Amino acid sequence: MRTTPFHPRTSALCTSFAWKEWAGYAAVCNFDRHSEREYFAFRGTAGLIDITPLHKYEVTGPDAAAFLARVWTRDITKIGVGRVVYSSMCDADGWMLDDGTITRLGPDHFRVTTSEPWLSWFERHRRGYDVEIRDSQRELAALALQGPRARAVLKPIVSFDMDRMRFFRCRRTQLAGIDVWVSRTGYTGDLGYEIWCANDAAPAVWDALLGSGQPHGIEPCGLDALDVVRIEAGFVLQGCDYVSAVSCITDFSKSTPDDAGLGWTVDLDRAPFIGQQAIRAERARGPTWDLVGLELSWPELEALYASYKLPPHLAPCASRAAVPVYDDTGKQVGQMTSSTWSPVQKRYLGLAQVRRPHHVRGTKLQVEHTVEYERRKVRATVVDTPFYDPPRKRLTPTAGKAEASS
Amino acid sequence: MSALGTRSNPYDAIVVGGGHNGLTCAAYLARAGKKVLVLERRHVLGGAAVSEEIIPGYTFTVCSYVVSLLRPHVIRDLDLSRHGLEIVPLECSFTPHHEGPGLCRWPDPAKTRDEIARFSRHDADLYPQFGKIMGKLARFAKPIIDEPAPDPSSFRPSDLKQLLGLGKAFRDLGDDLAALQFKLTTMSAVDFLDEWFESEQLKAPMACSGIIGTMLGVHSPGTAYVLLHHYMGEIDGSSRAWGFAKGGTGAISNAIASAATELGAELRVSSPVSSIIVEKGSAVGVAMESGDDLYARTVVSGCEPRLTFLGLVGEQNLPDDFVTAMKRYKLRGSSGKVNIALDALPSFSCRPGDGPHLRGDVAIAPDIDYLERAYDDAKYGDFSHRPYINLVFPTLLDRNMAPPGHHVMSCFVQYAPYAIKEGPEHWPERRDAFGETVIDTLEEYCPDIRKHIVGKQVLTPWDLEQEFGLTEGNIFHGELTLDQLLFQRPTAGWARYETPVDRLWLCSSGVHPGGGIMSAPGYLAAQRMLEKGAV
Repeated sequence: MRTTPFHPRTSALCTSFAWKEWAGYAAVCNFDRHSEREYFAFRGTAGLIDITPLHKYEVTGPDAAAFLARVWTRDITKIGVGRVVYSSMCDADGWMLDDGTITRLGPDHFRVTTSEPWLSWFERHRRGYDVEIRDSQRELAALALQGPRARAVLKPIVSFDMDRMRFFRCRRTQLAGIDVWVSRTGYTGDLGYEIWCANDAAPAVWDALLGSGQPHGIEPCGLDALDVVRIEAGFVLQGCDYVSAVSCITDFSKSTPDDAGLGWTVDLDRAPFIGQQAIRAERARGPTWDLVGLELSWPELEALYASYKLPPHLAPCASRAAVPVYDDTGKQVGQMTSSTWSPVQKRYLGLAQVRRPHHVRGTKLQVEHTVEYERRKVRATVVDTPFYDPPRKRLTPTAGKAEASS
Repeated sequence: MSALGTRSNPYDAIVVGGGHNGLTCAAYLARAGKKVLVLERRHVLGGAAVSEEIIPGYTFTVCSYVVSLLRPHVIRDLDLSRHGLEIVPLECSFTPHHEGPGLCRWPDPAKTRDEIARFSRHDADLYPQFGKIMGKLARFAKPIIDEPAPDPSSFRPSDLKQLLGLGKAFRDLGDDLAALQFKLTTMSAVDFLDEWFESEQLKAPMACSGIIGTMLGVHSPGTAYVLLHHYMGEIDGSSRAWGFAKGGTGAISNAIASAATELGAELRVSSPVSSIIVEKGSAVGVAMESGDDLYARTVVSGCEPRLTFLGLVGEQNLPDDFVTAMKRYKLRGSSGKVNIALDALPSFSCRPGDGPHLRGDVAIAPDIDYLERAYDDAKYGDFSHRPYINLVFPTLLDRNMAPPGHHVMSCFVQYAPYAIKEGPEHWPERRDAFGETVIDTLEEYCPDIRKHIVGKQVLTPWDLEQEFGLTEGNIFHGELTLDQLLFQRPTAGWARYETPVDRLWLCSSGVHPGGGIMSAPGYLAAQRMLEKGAV
């Protein structure tokens, strides 16, 4: 496994020795034995997490926008310089390949992040476009700074006035005198930023952020805490909540954007893009699945455990073990692919792919739950996501009303 | 139609007192579509769960300071997270000593084991087992706090069923545990801990849980039971139960108030009630100090029971035996609160500098004799000259509560008996001496603390009574001793939130299941009122 440019810092702090592989890199699961302190940093103060392993591509050239609009479901030609969008990427049959962000750094310069490597896919579809595509995974270090104090941590060390940076925007600026990009994006569903810099500047950026964050209670965070907050935020994870079509053996395990709850990322009526016809046809037919939020009944779970003379017990981290979801007649109608106890909301939450019409908000379903090696069921209700959505996520101190409409 | 609150157009319910239980009760009644008014005497909601900027720039969590038992279903039902509630777990429990590095108990069992092993390998091995068994016992106790107290003298099917249910839970514990439960209800905290542990350094901070808020010592019978409460914190996949609300405990009240408002309840501050209007044995409204009368179909008191009945209702409206019971109701406040603003974190000589050991609660409880001597002073009508102090640094968990780099420190101090020998009304003259005693005590562990003090607020039991309506300064609205718990809280026969006055209900910590920021009395009272069609 490779190590990221932050490794000298993160390895010195990782007392748990809990690491895992992420896109070829060693990534910290928890710095402590528990991820709780890190979770509460994300939700209460500011959490700093190394996201260097993300796949990153620099797409440049006069046709960069048109090319990306062809490959992604969002109409990338419409986004202005300094904006970021979240989008889906499909194959010609309309099956999800990946999801990611596209940032317009300049008129002819975009940065794309994905969970899987797609250079060959991009190369295959660049024919006819005047565009350069470069894999920048190994030349750019990246950190996510997430939590209610994130802005206050950045303000004193970033040249740009952070009070003016709006949701899903990106700027080239300086952080402690170092050239960086700062985008107001993240995977936690709260106020947060991502910071991109050259590899050799990485330790200095880390030190500046931890130094500035110290009076705010900043904590270095790992992937386990991130997994809990991303479920609270209702964010799907490729490879977990849906599987990229290239990794699937049968069509059954593939998902369209509508199946994965990402229909909203599809700008359908525009110039042709990959998957457009298939998605159009599916919409005419009516999609089969949807990805929904579930809230499991805690009183029922308590009663279930009580019948075994046990207190309710959930692992102190998110679960990615998929479990069957049933309708009230006992027929299986889907699977819950991610679940977690939400410490701030005192709710047991899950993300599930279910067959329509069981996706309708308020639908009562049942989810398999194993107690003492025995498979039982617990009631769950389809609820809106994000489960956790503080207004500060989108608000900008100096933007006023204009922000609400953007 | 005339304005709400007149005789012809009364509220469905008026809640007297905007503490966290009054607000919880109001929120649940409003949620059921009732027209509810909450009247708070002070300029700010929250009662004893209140945060105030006493010194400019420094927010104190004025009275209560940590939270363990806030009912998770209340957080869910009222969507308190959306209304701004954020509870951060305390990271550890630290007990500084004069010699050696002190004792820190961490969520990581291996780390805690190493810490305890410095004093006793035997205790280090037993500590996790103790936690497991107390957890099992707490499971028996938990259904008790989420349901109204069973009435053992009643033959109503619903009461019998509930008693049987508890009996079954008790049987499920198994013989050994049932015996243990019995021991817990009768033994002293120290005797109980002696059965398990040998090291003073471990037993002393653990025994403190048995005395908080009571006028009892660690050797007094019955204090073992209060220990159990510390193991009842809900289990949410996390390893510890005590937490700190960001913004202080006032933030809990504010979140509940925000939920109540959204649900349609009307909340008024600076609206002192002078009495509850009783006509023909029935509560019909409240008389305000302003001279106005406000009418309601039901009146709910979020105030302490003795204050409610002898202060607001009046003896003339109550049966004799009930008046006697209220006069005998044990309040006996035994603690004070000192809030300190600091320009830097103090450094403990046994573990110098900042560190995770400060991100939990710190107990000044070096050994058992220290605690008993502290009680000795109190028994004879003085405050402890070396008190038990439980302190937290809220600013380490919420940086918004003081200017950058500065801190607030919240010190719960026991014993500070309400009934000092000079008489409680002489507390104001002794307030400064009490504050100095606390600083002197802290200085023995943090020699640099005095020079960092920017300002402080000293609350004696007298202040808690005068300012917050906590009669005799009792933080739990009545001692949490067995004779005043369950079906005997506040007194036998009146533990179901109803009172001898028709249409007057209780929803404060003075009713089952008692004190602490639980919201359980407020929730249970509202449920009971709705079930009985009282509103």
